[in-house]
Amino acid sequence: MIAIIDYGMGNLRSVQKGFECVGHDAVVTRDLLVIDQASHVVLPGVGAFGDCMDNLARFELMDVIYRSIASGKPFLGICLGYQLLFSESEEFGCHQGLGILAGKVKAIPRPSDDGATSFKIPHMGWNTIQVNTVAPPLRGIASDSYVYFVHSYYVEPTDCALVSTQTDYGISFASSVWKDNVFATQWHPEKSQAVGLQVLKNFGDWQ
Amino acid sequence: MLTKRIIPCLDVKDGRVVKGVSFVNLRDAGDPVHIAQVYDREGADELCFLDITASHEKRDTILDVVIRTAEQVFMPLTVGGGIRTIEDIRRLLEAGADKVSINTAAVEHPDFVKAAANRFGSQCIVVAIDAKRATTCEGGEPGWEVFTHGGRNSTGLDAVEWGKRMKDYGAGEILLTSMDQDGRQDGYDLALTAAISESVSIPVIASGGAGTLQHLYEAFHVGKADAVLAASIFHYQTFSIGQAKSYLAQQGIPVRPGTVPVSIS
Repeated sequence: MIAIIDYGMGNLRSVQKGFECVGHDAVVTRDLLVIDQASHVVLPGVGAFGDCMDNLARFELMDVIYRSIASGKPFLGICLGYQLLFSESEEFGCHQGLGILAGKVKAIPRPSDDGATSFKIPHMGWNTIQVNTVAPPLRGIASDSYVYFVHSYYVEPTDCALVSTQTDYGISFASSVWKDNVFATQWHPEKSQAVGLQVLKNFGDWQ
Repeated sequence: MLTKRIIPCLDVKDGRVVKGVSFVNLRDAGDPVHIAQVYDREGADELCFLDITASHEKRDTILDVVIRTAEQVFMPLTVGGGIRTIEDIRRLLEAGADKVSINTAAVEHPDFVKAAANRFGSQCIVVAIDAKRATTCEGGEPGWEVFTHGGRNSTGLDAVEWGKRMKDYGAGEILLTSMDQDGRQDGYDLALTAAISESVSIPVIASGGAGTLQHLYEAFHVGKADAVLAASIFHYQTFSIGQAKSYLAQQGIPVRPGTVPVSIS
């Protein structure tokens, strides 16, 4: 059973239905027992970094995230759930993240604020990924595959070796990272049609 | 490279598609979920449902449509029409919508946009602007005026200034409809689209007037749109999404190729 951590941020139903569509059982929950007993854990999320950290604290979910990752079971972070794994974010002031991975969350640079720019913020829509390391959830996913993004901040990991895929949007940034049992994506597998469903399928198959 | 998006839009009333959709071989051409699946297979980049349900008692029908769509279709879904409260937004997102489009409520209570963006994040707040050409906006300069209630009510607001303000209030995207061009199928209002797109740093979706593939090209090339919304040309199968993407790619517009059905292995 895959546990999708519910901390009140965003559309979790799509993540659950995505797993079900490829034959994996998934439950949306904030029940610590369920998360502890799950074979796989997913930390999704959209919204603001600070609010999300506040909600994780309010629902007392931080320890179970640390426990899940330490236990070695496959762990997937999506979008804000990816950014939260890092040490700190500069979104709306400086916020501490979970600090599971070393690195910073930074604003995508704006060429100009008067609008006459080719790089609109948020980075919203379908962009390609360049695969650097084939993390288990990326098996069968080719470089230049299109996935769906929506974000205004990006992750800069301290250790470049963690970068599993890269994407260009004015800058080249880490669009997913992989370390041991943790895989996390800035993009939304649950919104990326066939490519995304394959990633969810692979994640559920990951032992 | 980030690609330009093509977004088919369905008008939904009491949970059923209106504005005759004429798909052949469709089990139920009035069911938004079936049509969403067709667009999914063709490689649409996002989907938009515009809820035009008038009666208050039937307003929940859209939630059922969203729930059923989210079970079948794995691409971004925007829902607009009649959204007035934080609770309306929460229920749509919980049902499986990714973004909501706010129109009249934004004009009546601009702070509602601020509150919604603070609560749910800018990425899911689309502000819809219905604009008409006007010569009497703020200072007598030619421009475009914002209308509400499907183009019936004038507001006196200048569309470009309104777009900037909504961006400052936390809108993540603008859905811009030309009320002059809507339904005419003779092209988007390119001057309006470019004026807004070049004035705000958030993505702009052009809407109203698509009749040919060249119109889509012009919206991107001349109008500087980040996405196009279209209804009739796809519903009547004048063109498929795949044809539109092939044409745009030939013209040098970056698009994600139309999807060839892939089986998950």
